[in-house]
Amino acid sequence: MVPASYYLLLSAVLFGLGVVAFVFKRNVITMFMAIELMLNAVNLAFVTFSRQLGTLDGQVFVLFVIVVAAAEAAVGLAIVMLIARNRQSLNVERVDLLKL
Amino acid sequence: MFVLDQLWIIPALPLLGAALNGLAGKNWPQKRINAIGVGSTGLSFLAALEMVREFASLPAAQVPWVKSFFVWIVAGSFRADFALHVDQLTVVMVLVVTGVGWLIHIYSTGYMAHEGGYYRFFSYLNLFMFFMLILVLAANYALLFVGWEGVGLCSYLLIGFYFLKKSASDAGKKAFIVNRIGDFGFMLAMFLMFRHFGSLDFTRVFQIAGSYEPETAQLGFLTAIGLLMLAGATGKSAQIPLYVWLPDAMEGPTPVSALIHAATMVTAGVYVVARSSLIYTLAPAALLAVAIVGCATALFAATIGLVQNDIKRVLAYSTVSQLGYMFLACGVGAFWAGIFHLMTHAFFKALLFLGAGSVIHAMGGEQDIRKMGGLRKKIPATYWTMLAGTLAIAGAPLFSGFFSKDAILWKTASSVYLAPPYNRYLWAIGLGTAILTALYMFRMFFLTFFGEPRYDEQEVHVHESPRAMLAPLAVLAFLSVVGGLVGVPESLGGNDAIEHFLSPVFHSAEEKMPPVTAAHADKFSHDLEYWLMGAAVFGAAMGVFIAYRRFLAGKQARLAHTALGRGVGALLENKYYVDEFYDALVVQPLKWISTRVLWQAVDARGIDGAVNGAARAARAAGERARMLQSGNARSYAAWVVVGAAVFTTVLIWLVQ
Repeated sequence: MVPASYYLLLSAVLFGLGVVAFVFKRNVITMFMAIELMLNAVNLAFVTFSRQLGTLDGQVFVLFVIVVAAAEAAVGLAIVMLIARNRQSLNVERVDLLKL
Repeated sequence: MFVLDQLWIIPALPLLGAALNGLAGKNWPQKRINAIGVGSTGLSFLAALEMVREFASLPAAQVPWVKSFFVWIVAGSFRADFALHVDQLTVVMVLVVTGVGWLIHIYSTGYMAHEGGYYRFFSYLNLFMFFMLILVLAANYALLFVGWEGVGLCSYLLIGFYFLKKSASDAGKKAFIVNRIGDFGFMLAMFLMFRHFGSLDFTRVFQIAGSYEPETAQLGFLTAIGLLMLAGATGKSAQIPLYVWLPDAMEGPTPVSALIHAATMVTAGVYVVARSSLIYTLAPAALLAVAIVGCATALFAATIGLVQNDIKRVLAYSTVSQLGYMFLACGVGAFWAGIFHLMTHAFFKALLFLGAGSVIHAMGGEQDIRKMGGLRKKIPATYWTMLAGTLAIAGAPLFSGFFSKDAILWKTASSVYLAPPYNRYLWAIGLGTAILTALYMFRMFFLTFFGEPRYDEQEVHVHESPRAMLAPLAVLAFLSVVGGLVGVPESLGGNDAIEHFLSPVFHSAEEKMPPVTAAHADKFSHDLEYWLMGAAVFGAAMGVFIAYRRFLAGKQARLAHTALGRGVGALLENKYYVDEFYDALVVQPLKWISTRVLWQAVDARGIDGAVNGAARAARAAGERARMLQSGNARSYAAWVVVGAAVFTTVLIWLVQ
């Protein structure tokens, strides 16, 4: 059996990739995908612990996260659509009307 | 027993009048304001008469009659009821307050007829009656203090009645602030009383105090209470050192001077001292202080009165001086004589003030007696009533002032508290004051009513006052003449009626006085009393004679001729520079501290500095923090990550 630490390590790596992409990418859809990546990294950690501890709590959490992520995707994509329509671009650097 | 059971009616009637006139009277015709203002006080007077009738039939065991209406304050072990108290002292006070007050209300309908703010005047006057009745009817010191402060408030409002005039509003403030100094003492006295007796009810306090022995060996808390209460009384009753507000209070309308600053409110201090007679006899040192303050004030104010030229100011200093007599009487243990003089003084001084008001009215507002003269023929009714009042205050035999002043002088001379020769000193000062009283009163009288007119007869049309003003003058003149008959001394074939009437009130206090030895009684026999009485009458006659020579025969309005006389005259005219002295000693340092320390240092630097500093710090922090809000979505993302990292680190660190 693959030890739990492997899964956790994978989860941490995925999360780290997500963070890096979230901070450094300019394309709003890429940032969006980075968020999804982080959520799923967390889901992986949840499931791992659920399996290791022999309880279902973690899996229940995962279901919740999936639901929230779906809702978030619905709202987020709508925002992305509007940005694209108004700016003719997906670059977040150009969404700066609130800038000082 | 209707009124005794429903005692609240007596003060409530004027309160109702004050509320009606004050809240709704602005556009009412004068007749309706008169009906409410005069009617409410008149009904209150009738209720007081009925109260006295019922009181007279009360068995002695039920005196003092205390009636509690509701619980007013409960805090810990402290409890004060809205309770009213009737005994012989209250009876005298209530009759004087409502009776004289009613007459002055009637007079005001004539005097104030052409003044603005008519409804306001009657509203304040009625409110004053309410508070004054609370003061004299209260059954505990706390409720008494409500009345005490309330009359002070009304005094302030009425002194400053012509508030557009700066001197009037200043005088109102002065009266209020000077009184506040005295009230501080009064409150401390109440706190001490509660601390030691656990109650402020008269009956309870005097019951407990009755078991104490006089503090002759060393000074204790009773002396402290007595002295602090005296401080309060000196403020309200215009005694040294707090008398300075009363002469300035003459800025108010004349009926106010008569009611508040002569007949009733200023006697509240005397009332409180007499009410607390037991505490004072238990504290002979405080009692001596009362006598000395009274005696000094009597002489001091009388000398200033000699050179005043404003007719109302002469009377104001005379009031201060006569109040000094009342304090002197209380201070030598003759509380009943103080109350007796309080009563006769209320009659003749109210009369004199109202008469002065009538003169001012006749002269079209002129108050300077140097610009009067020869008014005797033109306003005869005012002249005759004023003559009665002047004779009464000068102590002419058989007039009311004669009996009360004589009782005070005799009791001073024969006091068990004053060892020879001090009784002689105080008596001599009292006699000197009596001479000065006759002198300055007749100076005013001669300058006003006799001699040649010193005003422009083309311009001033002297006219007699309306009947509403003359009727109260007549009643008060009658009372000033016969009012003393209630206190005809035994030596003159009377029976000291007022002393016997008031004796139940002062009985417990008199038990604590040093006993009268046979030698003492022998020394102060009727023979000596006749001599002293003769001396007082002779002194008064001398005062009148000097006034006649100086101000009538020689037609001189000034007292002084020699260099020394001029110096003394200037000193007196400037009222011993007491106002200037207080200004330099209290007002200026206070102003300096307020400006330099409290305003410019504490307020501007300290408080404003702290407040503005806090604001400046918040703004500076904001300047920095606002940089976080760059408007750049990716920088927000970075902040979120940093925040999450910090949060996670802290969490991990905490878990370990």
